[in-house]
Amino acid sequence: MKHDYEHYLSQTAKELQPSGIRKFFDLAASMEDVISLGVGEPDFVTPWSIREATILSMEQGFTSYTANAGLLELREEITTYLATRFGVHYDPNNQIIVTIGASQAIDLAFRAILNQGDEVLIVEPAFVSYAPLVAIAGGKPVAVSTSPANGFKVTAEQIEAAITEKTKAILLCSPNNPTGSMLTKDELTEIAEIIQKYDLLVVSDEIYAELSYDEDFCSVAAIEGMYERTILINGFSKGFAMTGWRLGFLAAPKEFFQVMLKIHQYTTMCAPNMLQRGAVEALRNTYPEVESMRNSYRRRRNYMVQTLNQMGLVCHTPGGAFYVFPSIRSTGLSSEQFAEELLMEEKVAVVPGHVFGESGEGYIRCSYATSMEQLQEALKRIQRFIEKKGVYADSQSEKVKAR
Amino acid sequence: MQLSSEEIEILKIIEENHKLSVESIALMAMCSEETVRNTIEKLEYEKIIMSYPTLIDWSKVEGQEGVIAMIDVKVTPKRGVGFDEVAERISRFPEVSSLYLMSGAYDLSITVEGKTMNQIAAFVSEKLSTIENVVSTTTHFMLKKYKHDGVSFNSGNDDKDWRMVVSP
Repeated sequence: MKHDYEHYLSQTAKELQPSGIRKFFDLAASMEDVISLGVGEPDFVTPWSIREATILSMEQGFTSYTANAGLLELREEITTYLATRFGVHYDPNNQIIVTIGASQAIDLAFRAILNQGDEVLIVEPAFVSYAPLVAIAGGKPVAVSTSPANGFKVTAEQIEAAITEKTKAILLCSPNNPTGSMLTKDELTEIAEIIQKYDLLVVSDEIYAELSYDEDFCSVAAIEGMYERTILINGFSKGFAMTGWRLGFLAAPKEFFQVMLKIHQYTTMCAPNMLQRGAVEALRNTYPEVESMRNSYRRRRNYMVQTLNQMGLVCHTPGGAFYVFPSIRSTGLSSEQFAEELLMEEKVAVVPGHVFGESGEGYIRCSYATSMEQLQEALKRIQRFIEKKGVYADSQSEKVKAR
Repeated sequence: MQLSSEEIEILKIIEENHKLSVESIALMAMCSEETVRNTIEKLEYEKIIMSYPTLIDWSKVEGQEGVIAMIDVKVTPKRGVGFDEVAERISRFPEVSSLYLMSGAYDLSITVEGKTMNQIAAFVSEKLSTIENVVSTTTHFMLKKYKHDGVSFNSGNDDKDWRMVVSP
């Protein structure tokens, strides 16, 4: 019997777009000696004391389930961390869930708050998972484009213009992947007014909170009137260099917590016990290492931003994360052409901006989470590449003129 | 000596990688190349930047392996100058690569490098132990270096980039 698999599959799942990053991954992974500025994770290995704590916990036999919400010990450390670092106060007993990466936390948040057809504003350029997660939860993602003139920071006006009767929530990510932009307290306060005016919720992805360079990071939940309507999402991946651990957490008013915990216990049960024990160590004792990683990223950011601007790939100075988002418009190429040709001709991998949303077209995401030697070599190659393209663009325009 | 935050930033950058060009350091520290050049010159002059040592794993080079010993030395301190005079004396020997005053069971900890065990034995018996005020020496030969000045000699996989080439 011949099976028509199309007929078996979920309509929602079929309609999900494959991530544009996938194509670049396949292409870059098939080549040798590629310098990659396409990596969305730290170039540091997890601090040893965290790894050691996990090894020890396995030696001690901590291989069972934990409470659904996570080890109480870890939830207590998380609340202390959120309170001391960001001034937001939660109860470890009924407001924190330890999740499988921040990604699962975002999924939980959308599943908990969305009804069929509810709209969620996604500030673009945006991390590739948000819109699909909204769709999977039955909601409708609505893009809010930001402008390079404002350093890709979303404004209250842009948000207000996108709000409809069906708008339920907005996803904010600051510092942002892919642009690195960070919203200041004042900017957040303005945005908060609109959110309150239209009675919206915020799913706040604060995974890059530890990686802010010029100003102190401000949590959305710390803005007046926002605590009650914010699902705060953070995790260990970026700041503590623990991407492969898949450990995140969320903090929210207990009414949200209860519903999200229900979903979490049915889908996931709990995050891995031994990894949670490593995370306890991370929050207790590795702050100096987090700080030294942050300093290292900041120096590399300074180098990248200035060097790219000098060579004519204009970019704003991102306040956080480990990405710069330069414009490649001057080359006359599309993001995709630029990234593809750069990879083929100079073996440097970057991510074309359009995969993060329409407003990312004309830009590329360069991660500077790689060694200075690699960055210097990569920028040398990019320089050579755009010089070559510059000539190409000129001769094209001459041809046009000659006609 | 009180340094500005800019000077400290420059120190931190070259401490991690002294092979960076002045231009790169300036971009990283967000200052002018001239500031970098002047700062480095000043800090070298003030002996805050002591030297730019190169860490070589000689054990990998045939015929250059060499021998290292750590020697615990008990000395009689001298009135007025304490341990400084004898320490100064010992530090003049080129064989001595490091020298520290320690708390605890002995006074000075010395690292001595030589080509052979015999050479180090000769240094200890003929030079070190004959110095006035040196009461006793205990020599420990180093068998293998695992880590030196923060650098692992066999760092396993920590240096390897295991990350996927492109990720979201």
